[in-house]
Amino acid sequence: MAMIRNRSRHRLVALSLILPFAAIFALVFAYPVAEVVRMSFTDAPLIGGGDWVGWDNYARLLSDRLFYTSLKNNGYFVLLTVVPTTAIALAIALAVNRLSGRMQALALVLFFTPYVLPVSVVTQIWAWMLDFQFGVLQPVIEFFTGKPVPVFKNPNWVMPAVAVVTIWWTNGFNVLLFLAGLRNIPTELYEAAALDGATRRQLFGRITWPLLWPVTALVLTLQLILQLKIFDQVYLLSEGGPFNSSYVLLLMVYREAFQLNNGGYAAAVSLVLFLLIVVISILQFQILRIGGRKS
Amino acid sequence: MTRRIENLSLTVLTLLAGLIWIFPLYWAFVTSLRSENRVVSEEAGVWPDEFNLSSYVDALFNTSLMDWYVNSIGTSLIITAIVLLTGMMCAYALSQMEFPGRRLLYGIVLASFMVPAQALVVPQFILMNDLDLINRWGGIILPQLVVPVVIIVYKQFFDAVPKEMREAVTLDGGSDYTLLFRIYLPLNWGITTALGIITFIMSWNAFLWPFLVITTEDMMTIPVGITQVNDAFGVAYARIMSVALLAAAPVVIAYLIFQKRVTEAVMISSGVKG
Repeated sequence: MAMIRNRSRHRLVALSLILPFAAIFALVFAYPVAEVVRMSFTDAPLIGGGDWVGWDNYARLLSDRLFYTSLKNNGYFVLLTVVPTTAIALAIALAVNRLSGRMQALALVLFFTPYVLPVSVVTQIWAWMLDFQFGVLQPVIEFFTGKPVPVFKNPNWVMPAVAVVTIWWTNGFNVLLFLAGLRNIPTELYEAAALDGATRRQLFGRITWPLLWPVTALVLTLQLILQLKIFDQVYLLSEGGPFNSSYVLLLMVYREAFQLNNGGYAAAVSLVLFLLIVVISILQFQILRIGGRKS
Repeated sequence: MTRRIENLSLTVLTLLAGLIWIFPLYWAFVTSLRSENRVVSEEAGVWPDEFNLSSYVDALFNTSLMDWYVNSIGTSLIITAIVLLTGMMCAYALSQMEFPGRRLLYGIVLASFMVPAQALVVPQFILMNDLDLINRWGGIILPQLVVPVVIIVYKQFFDAVPKEMREAVTLDGGSDYTLLFRIYLPLNWGITTALGIITFIMSWNAFLWPFLVITTEDMMTIPVGITQVNDAFGVAYARIMSVALLAAAPVVIAYLIFQKRVTEAVMISSGVKG
């Protein structure tokens, strides 16, 4: 009897520990997940109920040219950011890892500080640096193209420019992950290989790269997910323009829901983005794992 | 000897690359100390040549920056406190207690990791509207309280606490609450501060959600508010840069003070080191 009472008391304590998180989770996470699915089958405005319309929103989506533009731009942005930022971060981490003590701390501060800045601070600084008339980087652009370029108002330049800004802003995070990965590699491995007369290139190819692969795979996956969710930078730098050349899925969600008052349709777009992220991240993770096993 | 020279040149090269990397911040700082006329004049070079604080004065007294500071500090502190507290409680139960549905709950926590919060903004906005929390701190705070990674990290650390600790306290008649707040939490202060700092920076920097839920200028957070300055000032780069730097100052200073903890937090919460 006492045992039973004790056990039910134990469960009650457990419940009381879980409840605060569970209640918040149910209210602001689980319920919205269910709602976004339900709404995507209705013609609801942002505020106020709507009627069930079945698959209409999805049918509309398939014939919406802006949807394809967004998908294309999301894909383009992923190409412009994911692999480049991973490569740059790896190079920086390798360089920083060679330093020691204060020098390493200093180098880390220089490369990591942009990551803690609010996005709008980042975009304002870069908008100023790339200002068509007075931007400090326009002479550099002029050197290569012969004339200054209004980068965020030019359909060919806007996405690469946003990609550069994004890489500058978020790269420090990846540097840290690589650095942690490098620190996990036992130094004896390098010492033993050096005794055997391995060259620097061999050390990297045979030890660093294969042992770092799990971290590389993690960085690639995290970056892919992050860059698919791009909104802030394009909204602040170009508002999806010019001529929708930087229009992306989340911008479509925002415009449909909060400017055009199409809640149901925006929910459908959200759900597509959601599924896209889940499917791609699972796929990528599997592929990268197999790739890691082979090498 | 050649080896030393090689090492030295690599060090110099790395630091040089770092200085180039940080140039945008340097440039923002130089700009903010110039007068508007100087900023757009032909002969202004890349070196600091003026020490003009007028745009900072302007930023502090002619914008709602002070309101935004209060909103950002208030909401970020509340978010951090609740996220840590609810997270450690839930993680403790998951790690140290037996109850039906434990595995299911942990599965849900892990799965929610994959859900992009941005995909939920439409129903979340409607919910906040129903709760009458639009343009209020509560509206900014509530949807930012679900941070599954905090639970995952805490659980890992609680799992690693030796069982003997637990038995000693239970024999003395201590409850699970005593265990959590007197033993497990003090043992994990390091990770608690690390998670706290990173949660604070994340909520300080949140843009999309506060941007959606706040429409009146005096209720905005820093990252949303400073975009208003842009609209109000037109092209006045010294002032825009002053506001931007003032907006970034708290998180940058926090990072510089707690550098090691931030580094640790990023590494641990991504699972590379733990």
